Amino acid sequence: MEQAIDIILLGFLVVVAIAVVKQRDLFASVILFGIYSLLSAAIFVSLDAVDVAFTEAAVGAGISSILILSTLALTSRNEKPSSHSVFLPLMVVLVTGATLVFGTLDMPAFADPEAPVHKHVAPRYIQDSYQEVGMPNIVTSVLASYRGYDTMGEVVVIFTAGVAVLLLLSSVRHKEDELSNLTDLKHHPILLNVAQILIPIILLFALYVQFHGDYGPGGGFQAGVIFAAGFILYAMIIGIDEIRKTFTPKYLHWLSVTGVVLYIGVGIVTLLLGGEFLNYNVLAEEKLTGQHWGIFLVELGVGITVTATMLSLFLSFSEVRRTP
Amino acid sequence: MILAITAIALLVAMAMTLLRAILGPSIFDRILAANAFGTKIVLFLGVYGFLTERPDFLDIALLYALINFITTLAILRFFESGVLFVKSDEESN
Amino acid sequence: MWELFILYSSYTLLLLGSFLSLTFGLGLLRFPDFYSRTHAAGVADTLCAALIIFGLSLQSGFNLVTIKLFLILIFLWFTSPTSSFTLASTAYRSGYGIKNNSSKRAE
Repeated sequence: MEQAIDIILLGFLVVVAIAVVKQRDLFASVILFGIYSLLSAAIFVSLDAVDVAFTEAAVGAGISSILILSTLALTSRNEKPSSHSVFLPLMVVLVTGATLVFGTLDMPAFADPEAPVHKHVAPRYIQDSYQEVGMPNIVTSVLASYRGYDTMGEVVVIFTAGVAVLLLLSSVRHKEDELSNLTDLKHHPILLNVAQILIPIILLFALYVQFHGDYGPGGGFQAGVIFAAGFILYAMIIGIDEIRKTFTPKYLHWLSVTGVVLYIGVGIVTLLLGGEFLNYNVLAEEKLTGQHWGIFLVELGVGITVTATMLSLFLSFSEVRRTP
Repeated sequence: MILAITAIALLVAMAMTLLRAILGPSIFDRILAANAFGTKIVLFLGVYGFLTERPDFLDIALLYALINFITTLAILRFFESGVLFVKSDEESN
Repeated sequence: MWELFILYSSYTLLLLGSFLSLTFGLGLLRFPDFYSRTHAAGVADTLCAALIIFGLSLQSGFNLVTIKLFLILIFLWFTSPTSSFTLASTAYRSGYGIKNNSSKRAE
């Protein structure tokens, strides 16, 4: 039964991918790409990877569609027809794909329990994670404790990406012109009331996801994205001025730096207390309490950086207009 | 057994929605199909969680029921006026 | 005895919900116009979701899973009709599909 569902969902994925490529209207491509991300999230669920599905649903099907739409506002809506023949790119793609498939023939079978990757660290994580780290969600314990150094690199990458986009966008900033004849969504009572009810719920759900990552799917990355989504909903329906006054660019920059500094700071504190870098055992008298505190603080750092980076990206996109 | 029938019915409905998203002659048909596809996936995740005896998936369904709304509103906003955010009026505060 | 009654009523609700979702798919494909397709989508968002979620919650008893299912239902009931309303209102204002006033932006 699960295999049949896997095959059907993958078939849907192929159909949507072909439809995305063949579209000329780029709005339609964005919408179909949202459906594609949603199907990927469903496939991850059926492959039992719940945290990845969570992140894919939050980022791929939600935020990245809005980001691509913001970029489309700066470029044109329809794709120009291509003027070169497709034979050479097709040959390159086919040769590369064939080489990759040939490379996988030597790999062990999918989900083979005798494969080398399943015999070294994976059994140790699965068997000892609850005694050494003390939380039921093994994904969070691997992400934040066993492989905490990699996650620190990821946080720094998110911060750097935000900095790079801000550098690029600051060179095309124009003065804000009057947006006349804009149908203000605020004057629809339905949208206003629904938004007033939903925005606190979305922010509360983001807090739940942030702190529930120890016991179920969740964690800092997903929580940061949901926070940003709640504020974007506010800016879309009620108005962007309050958001700009609350989250000034300087404040957002300081926030994203704070998240990274919090993460690295935990590592430095563990160094000063006598352990290795990011070894949470030394943070408290009891090993498990130290692990809990360490994971709590680093997930907080991740959530803060992701929220601040997403919000600063969106706010800087909103100040740019297409040159007429 | 009945859960499997419900899952299959939801998959068939998703296939028909995809067909409408690919065929639909206007952009509004596609936005409608994307919105309805989101609802079907939320229901499918709930049924699938019960099929495999793991109700952890409900968090993802809860998340997507909220995010789908934001994405649809953003697309409609863009289509209508070309920008994403509005300035709040002073007199309506 | 009581458990059997709950199980069978849950099965009935799930079967009705799956029938409605098939109706929704058929309606989405066969209706001739965009505005009539929003009616088909409206059925799926409200009644089909309610039937399936009630059916699932009867099978799981009184615990956190049922609360989450009802939260999903409430959020679906809040957001899907609002999206349909905004979509239809935007399409109407841009003049799509109204006789003697066709819009070029939607093609």
